[in-house]
Amino acid sequence: MDVFMEYFWAFVIGGAICAVGQVLIDLTKLTPARILVSFVVAGTILGALGWYQPIIDFAGAGATVPLTGFGSLLAKGMREAIDKDGLLGIFTGGFTACSAGVTAAMIFGLIVALIFKRTDRTRQE
Amino acid sequence: MDISKKEYEQTAKKHAGSSKMYITVPKAFLIGGLICCIGEGLLNMYQYFGIEFDEASAYTSITLVFLSALLTGLGLYERIAKHGGAGTLVPITGFANAVVSPALEFKTEGYVLGTGAKMFIIAGPVIVYGITAAFIYGIIYYIYGLCA
Amino acid sequence: MAEFIKDGSIRLTNGVSAYSYAAAVGKMEGEGPLGDCFDYVASGAEIGEDTWEKSESKFQQYALEMALNKSGLQKSDLSIIFAGDLLNQCTGSAYGLRDSGVPFIGLYGACSTMAESLMLASLFADMRLGERFAAITSSHFCSAERQFRFPINYGGVRPPTSQWTATAAGCCITAAAEKPPYIKAVTVGKITDMGIKDANNMGAAMAGAAYDSLSRHFENTCSSPDDYDGIFTGDLGQVGTDILCELFDKRGVDISRVHNDCGLMLYDREKQDVHAGGSGCGCSASVLCAHILPSIAGGKLHRVLFAATGALMSTTMSQQGESIPGISHVVEIADTL
Repeated sequence: MDVFMEYFWAFVIGGAICAVGQVLIDLTKLTPARILVSFVVAGTILGALGWYQPIIDFAGAGATVPLTGFGSLLAKGMREAIDKDGLLGIFTGGFTACSAGVTAAMIFGLIVALIFKRTDRTRQE
Repeated sequence: MDISKKEYEQTAKKHAGSSKMYITVPKAFLIGGLICCIGEGLLNMYQYFGIEFDEASAYTSITLVFLSALLTGLGLYERIAKHGGAGTLVPITGFANAVVSPALEFKTEGYVLGTGAKMFIIAGPVIVYGITAAFIYGIIYYIYGLCA
Repeated sequence: MAEFIKDGSIRLTNGVSAYSYAAAVGKMEGEGPLGDCFDYVASGAEIGEDTWEKSESKFQQYALEMALNKSGLQKSDLSIIFAGDLLNQCTGSAYGLRDSGVPFIGLYGACSTMAESLMLASLFADMRLGERFAAITSSHFCSAERQFRFPINYGGVRPPTSQWTATAAGCCITAAAEKPPYIKAVTVGKITDMGIKDANNMGAAMAGAAYDSLSRHFENTCSSPDDYDGIFTGDLGQVGTDILCELFDKRGVDISRVHNDCGLMLYDREKQDVHAGGSGCGCSASVLCAHILPSIAGGKLHRVLFAATGALMSTTMSQQGESIPGISHVVEIADTL
C-alpha cells in the first residue's frame, strides 16, 4: 500500500473511532470513565467476533491505538492463551494480553509522580 | 412552592445548553486521527527495525503511553484534551492519562495511600470490565473448542 | 431585636452594619471583569503552600486579615467567626482559622455558605450577642476538582452546563449599625429538590431554590423586584439564570432588569474557559465582598438582595442516583437604616 494512503487511513479510521466517542459524550452525557469502559468492551466483543482484525489490517495504528484496539487485543490474547494452555488460559489470557500497556502506564505513572510537581491548571489561559 | 417538578423539568431542559457538536466532533476526529498517525509512524519505525507486527504494535502502545505520561506530568495533556475531547480520551494515550494524572495528583496523600491506591481510580473500571468481557469470551471459546 | 415575620423571613430591627469586608482571589479570578476590585490577587491558585487544601485555607486567612486591617481591628475584636467551605468536614475553614483564637462556628451550605454565614453573623449582631462577627467562606478550583471530580491533570471533557469552581475567599465583618451598608432582613432557605440529577448542571439544580427563597422574601417583606436595584444570586451560572428568569417571567414578575449572577460576574465567559460560569462558596463571597458591598457603600447601589445558592449533594449521593437538593438564603442589604 502506498505510504500516504497508509497514514491517510490510519488518520481517518482512528479519527472516526474518536468522533464516535465524542458523539456519545455530547448526546448521552456518558462520563469519561463510562466511555472508556464502553470502548474496551466493544473492542473485546468485536475482536471476539473476528470483526476487528480486518480493520487492523486495513488501518494499522488507526485501529490499534484507540481503546477498541486494546479490547480486541484482550480477545485475541484470550484465544491464544486457551489454544496454548486450555482451561487455565481463560484465567491468564486477558491480563497477559494487556500487560504491556498496563505495566507501562503504571510504571510511567509512578515515575511521573516521583519526578513531576502537580501543575496549576488555573494559571493556563 | 407554586412550581411542579414537571414544569421545572421542562424549563430546565429548554435552557440546558447543548455542546456545539459541529465543533467538538471534527476536533475529536482531527486530534484522535493525529494521535493514530503518530502511532502509525511508530509502528512503521519499529517494523523497519525488523520487529514483527504484533510486537511492534505493543512497542507502539508503550511509546504512546510514555509520551502521554510525560505530557501529563508537564501539565500539557490536559490542555490538548480541552480541545481534543474524545480525540484524546479514546486513544491509549487517554488511558495512560487516566492512570498518570491521579498518581501525580494524589501524591500529597503519600506514595502508598495516595499515588498507589488512587492510580486506577479512573482507569480501574476499564481493566475490570475489559478483562471480564474477555473472560466471558474465553469461556465461550473454550466450550466451543471442546464441542468442536 | 430581630423580628420574625413569617415563613423563614426575619427583619433586623436594631441596625447592623457590614462593617468591613475583603476578598482574596486566585490569578484567574483576578483576570476577570472584577479583577481590580479584589483586595488580594494571588499569582496562581497556590500561595506558597504545597497542597491545594492548605492554599485554600490561606486564602481564608488572607481574606480575614485584610477585612480586619481595613478597619484597624484585631482578631481579638471578633466575638464569633462563622465560616464554611466545600471541603470534606469543612477543613478549609477549620485549618485556616485554627490559629485565630476566635470562637468558631463551622457551617456547610455548599455554595450558599456566604449568605448563610452572613445571615447568622448579622442576626447575632442584631441581637447584640457580641461586638463584631465575621462571616468567611472560601472555595478552591483545584481542591474542589480533586475531591468532587477528577485529578487536575486529567483530560476529561467538561460539559457546557458545568461550572468552574472559583479560587477565592471573602470575609465580611458585621457589627452594630454605624455606617452603610446595612443588613436589613434575611430569608432562610428551604431545601428545594426539583428532581435534577445531572451533577454537571448545578445551575439547574439550584435555580428552583433561588426562586422559592426570593419569592418568599418578596411576599414576606411586602416588596417586589422593582424595589431593588440589584438582585444577586450566587453561582447559578448561565443555565440557572435563564431558568430563574423564566420562572419569574411566567408568573408576571420581571427580575431580569435588576438580576445578576455572581457566577456570571466573576469571569469573562467569552475569554475564560469556565463554561456556564463560576461556582463555589468563594465565588459569591468574593463578588459580595469586592463588588456588591463596596458599591452600596459608594452609593452606586441602594437596596439589594444577595441570594447565594447551594447544591446540598455529595458525589456518593449523586452516584447512588439521587437527585440534587438545592438551597438559597436571601440577605437584604441597603444603604439606609
